[in-house]
Amino acid sequence: MTGTAIISALAVWGAGWFINTRLAGGSMAQTRGIKLLVPAIFGLTILIMWELLVRLLEVSPVILPPPSAIAERFGQELPLLWADFVQTIMKGAMTGYVIGALAAFTVAILADRSDFLTRGILPVGGFMAALPIVGTAPIFVKWLGSDWQSKAAVVGVMVFFPILVNTVAGLRDTTAMQRDLMRTYGAGYWATLFKLRLPAAMPFIFNGLKIATTLALIGAIVAEFFGSPTVGMGFRISTSVGQLALDLVWAEIVVSAIAGSAFYGAMAWIESRVTFWHPSQRK
Amino acid sequence: MKSVLPILSVIAAILLFWVLSVIPMNMHLTADQAQRDGLVVSPETPAERQTYSGLGLVLKNPGLISLTYTLERPRLPSPHQVGVEMWDTIFAKKITSRRSLVYHGWVTLSATLLGFAIGTSLGILLAVGIVYNRAMDMSVMPWAIASQTIPILALAPMIIVMLGSIGIQGLFPKAVISAYLSFFPVVVGMVKGLRSPDEMQLDLLRTYHASPTQGFWKLRLPASVPYLFASLKIGISASLVGAIVAELPTGARAGFGARMLVGDQYGQPIVTWAALFAAAITAAALVGLFSAIERLTLRRMGMQAA
Repeated sequence: MTGTAIISALAVWGAGWFINTRLAGGSMAQTRGIKLLVPAIFGLTILIMWELLVRLLEVSPVILPPPSAIAERFGQELPLLWADFVQTIMKGAMTGYVIGALAAFTVAILADRSDFLTRGILPVGGFMAALPIVGTAPIFVKWLGSDWQSKAAVVGVMVFFPILVNTVAGLRDTTAMQRDLMRTYGAGYWATLFKLRLPAAMPFIFNGLKIATTLALIGAIVAEFFGSPTVGMGFRISTSVGQLALDLVWAEIVVSAIAGSAFYGAMAWIESRVTFWHPSQRK
Repeated sequence: MKSVLPILSVIAAILLFWVLSVIPMNMHLTADQAQRDGLVVSPETPAERQTYSGLGLVLKNPGLISLTYTLERPRLPSPHQVGVEMWDTIFAKKITSRRSLVYHGWVTLSATLLGFAIGTSLGILLAVGIVYNRAMDMSVMPWAIASQTIPILALAPMIIVMLGSIGIQGLFPKAVISAYLSFFPVVVGMVKGLRSPDEMQLDLLRTYHASPTQGFWKLRLPASVPYLFASLKIGISASLVGAIVAELPTGARAGFGARMLVGDQYGQPIVTWAALFAAAITAAALVGLFSAIERLTLRRMGMQAA
């Protein structure tokens, strides 16, 4: 039994690999279709191997459920998953993300008027961004209660520093020549800010915003491990792990993966609209 | 060096904000305590006091301000309370004691370092594979990039339980999560680094009749070092966060995460804050260590940081 399992899994792997090698080495390799097809085949190969090995080796679903069981559970529990999604992502992560980003912009623009502050904020902010801020979750849960407000607070603090550092760095990214040009136009501080320096800072700002999307989801989910109402992705993950309902845990992870990619993708899309002039966005 | 003064000012401003926040945050608790100790507090009942904000209560009872800094179980501990707790648990306790932060720190750090070593080695190997094999590049790279947008940390509780149910406990499950978190930044950075030599340099090696192996060891690998260090610095702090979070939902008995939980559950906020700061200092020390190694290495190689 073990032998068949391993042989069939290897056969699937070999087949997937063979197709991909042919596709990657073929003359069509640079086309858009193939570039999407190859990773899709790779992902599918992994899923089939996973399914085969779990079924043939009779791995207990308490250790690793097969993908089909996860998909089935996902289909059954859609209303539950949606409620968790709304609680954790829409209320917790999004509110915190918006508050943190607005606070970071405000501080960045205020600090930007003083070179002294800027030189202090950049290293301190960069340092803070590397710290395990997610550990403040129990403190915020104590202060603000277990509903989404405390999650939004954790998320706000987590996304604040990367966005702050990138915005401050971006606002400094104009050349003396460009600033002189604005001066010859008779532009004051605000006109220079809105017409030159903010647009020039956009690639940096979006870099910060994109880094912060993942942090926002992590903060909102992990903070729920410390206390939450009986709804939410982090709550569901920690309780389902306790009940050994791992298929539901995986379903939540699928939701978080989709939410994370969609959030990041949305930011990248807005970026491509706003900074269409930047070399990295030109086609 | 000219940044020292600005940095110190920003830190001083943050500390000042913290010290001032302590007063309104702790005022309700302080007023309750003061009343029990027989001091005059206005308004007189706790229920009435609840209708006031922290700041409003401060204005009513300016005499109690100094007491907000000495609560045993404050909502927001003041910096000096956290400092004293850290001094006690880091320097004044034997490092084998279960109350020593050095002991807990080592538990977390050992998992972090083991996981980081595994994650980085696998990441570098995969990056080499991706650079030399087109099929692997096209199959794996999109997933490696996409995985950075996914909150991988959400997997932590499940990995612990999964490994626990097949009999693996203790250090290793935490290390797996640390490894997982440091793996992808290293893959992405290393691929970029190994690809950083330009056509001109590759052509030069071709004119020398260098073999692909020589090309790897003499050009691609050295060229990738600045990128590697940039990834290592991201990876090590991600590894530490991973190890801490791995301790949280599983009821671990030792480690920074366990310490934070103990403080949280037994109503000792000072313990939580001390563990938090100790974790932050550890993270800063690890990143600082890698920056120092980076500077030394790059200087000896005659390069600039990427």
